[in-house]
Amino acid sequence: MKQLSIKELELKANDIRQDLLKALTKAKSGHSGGPLGMADVFCALYFHIIKHDPKKPDWEERDRIILSNGHICPVRYAAMAHAGYFPLAELDTLRKFGTRLQGHPERMRLPGVETTSGPLGSGLSQASGMAYVGKHIDKKKWRVYCLTSDGEHDEGNTWEAVLFAAKYRLDNLTQIIDRNNIQIDGNTEDIMPLNPLKEKYEAFNWNVIEIDGHNIEQIIDACAQAQATQNKPTLVVANTIPGKGVSFMENRYEWHGVPPGKGPEDTVPKEKQLEVALQELQTWREEIEASPET
Amino acid sequence: MIMIRENAYLSEKLFDEDIEQGPTRSGYGKGLVEAGEKNKNVVALCADLTESTRTEAFAQKFPERFIQVGVAEQNLATAGAGMALAGKIPFVSSYAAFSPGRNYEQIRTTIALNEANVKVVGAHAGISVGPDGATHQMLEDIALMRVLPHMVVLYPCDVEEARKATIAAAEHRGPVYVRLARADTPIFTTTKTPFAIGRAEIFAEGSDVTIIAAGPLLYEALIAAKQLEDEQTSVEVINCHTIKPLDEKTILASVKKTGVVVTVEEHQVHGGLGGAIAELLGQKYPVPLEIIGVQDRFGESGNPAELLDAFGLSSPHIIKAVERVLTRKS
Repeated sequence: MKQLSIKELELKANDIRQDLLKALTKAKSGHSGGPLGMADVFCALYFHIIKHDPKKPDWEERDRIILSNGHICPVRYAAMAHAGYFPLAELDTLRKFGTRLQGHPERMRLPGVETTSGPLGSGLSQASGMAYVGKHIDKKKWRVYCLTSDGEHDEGNTWEAVLFAAKYRLDNLTQIIDRNNIQIDGNTEDIMPLNPLKEKYEAFNWNVIEIDGHNIEQIIDACAQAQATQNKPTLVVANTIPGKGVSFMENRYEWHGVPPGKGPEDTVPKEKQLEVALQELQTWREEIEASPET
Repeated sequence: MIMIRENAYLSEKLFDEDIEQGPTRSGYGKGLVEAGEKNKNVVALCADLTESTRTEAFAQKFPERFIQVGVAEQNLATAGAGMALAGKIPFVSSYAAFSPGRNYEQIRTTIALNEANVKVVGAHAGISVGPDGATHQMLEDIALMRVLPHMVVLYPCDVEEARKATIAAAEHRGPVYVRLARADTPIFTTTKTPFAIGRAEIFAEGSDVTIIAAGPLLYEALIAAKQLEDEQTSVEVINCHTIKPLDEKTILASVKKTGVVVTVEEHQVHGGLGGAIAELLGQKYPVPLEIIGVQDRFGESGNPAELLDAFGLSSPHIIKAVERVLTRKS
């Protein structure tokens, strides 16, 4: 795959956002906020950071992306489709009977999905198990990228994995947490406070890097720093805006679990939600195109 | 006289006072080492119970393939799943009360639905755990595991069968649950006794009643059968070590011959071996059935033998159940 410039990556992330919203609207159910918030991270991973071959999803030497908070899978599906794992048109089958794009991702249905997920808190453990094999048993070069949510840090299973990954010095493991500060019932710091999150992880012997989760350069740099870190797993705290790119969805937990056409109507009526969202994203796209190459 | 099947190759000391004894978890320990010798992809994870689950021998022999996860059963299952997805054959062991007791959802999603090649090993199952009491006497694990798609459920009857079951589990591609016991029980099978996943073995042949048992209580079933034979009741005894997938062919053939059934297990009467047999017979060949098991209650402290008596699981209770079921024969 040819190396994309930062600007090209930003455009790709914009395409991913537009496509995942279209797919969600057709599905008439699913999550909007999280996928929009993680589009830049997924774009950076699939189009710059990881070693992979979309035509050979089970290639032994590939880097592994474990999506722990499976409900944001529309962004993974859209990124995978753009990367060439399957045709873009298949995104229209999201959540429909017979689809490979299940409401929560399933390993046995779609090649390239490394594990089945949805129930929160178990991805980091699986990623750690894989990383253990890669580092200590098979001594392979491939890396494991585990994407988690802040909300799922309420789960005890997550912290069991945090202990495990530190004990076994899994420096081939990079966790990227979608720090968007919301969960289903409200703000994470109201529901079950996680702060000081960075200091917690450091006390658990993790290397921690905090970044703007919408700055693709920072995402790439953080993953490079993680790769250069020895004897510790790395946590990248990606500060993100849920619903990023669509003004009426941004920072609103009401948009956590609904698609365009089913969200709150206080600013945009239901039947206009997709159209307005796509217009906003298109405007953003044009701004990126007009910006100078960095 | 009880008609022990010759090609079951049971111990020559089958009914002797001095028959050798041991806990099925020891058979697991031996089998795990053998499986590890046969296949370098076998790895073992344990949640701070390495000695009592008998994972210790493997840990000593293959330290690079043993992973200590601490008292963290959710991580035990999910880290195991991750290792399976990276090509290993993980055996994840703890007490059955905690795994699959505590980590059921992790087993459901990351092992069963994921079709991860993980072997979940639940030690200290059953009331015969003894003095530790109800919290540690797991009586619901067969029910939990046998309803999961893709999951194979094995319940070996003695040390030797546990050894074979462990090796077979390693060779089987896909999720397996292996149920083990803590207490010493007779070792009445031999290296020559046949064992294959999914195949029930007829240990004693008879024509009046079929006893279907799994786990160490199978020995109590044989003791019961011997006494019943002395009273002119001809008893067929089936070792149903694989509770899922059930060997319908062997079971139905026997039941069609005898017409009545007693099941025996150290598990709740709901959802275990008895439940599996009831589902089968109810749909394919309804006949009178008595289920020997724990009657919808929790266990308590005591020594294994007195608990088996008190909870109605020992051979005198099996004999009574056979007598009851025979009165229901049409």
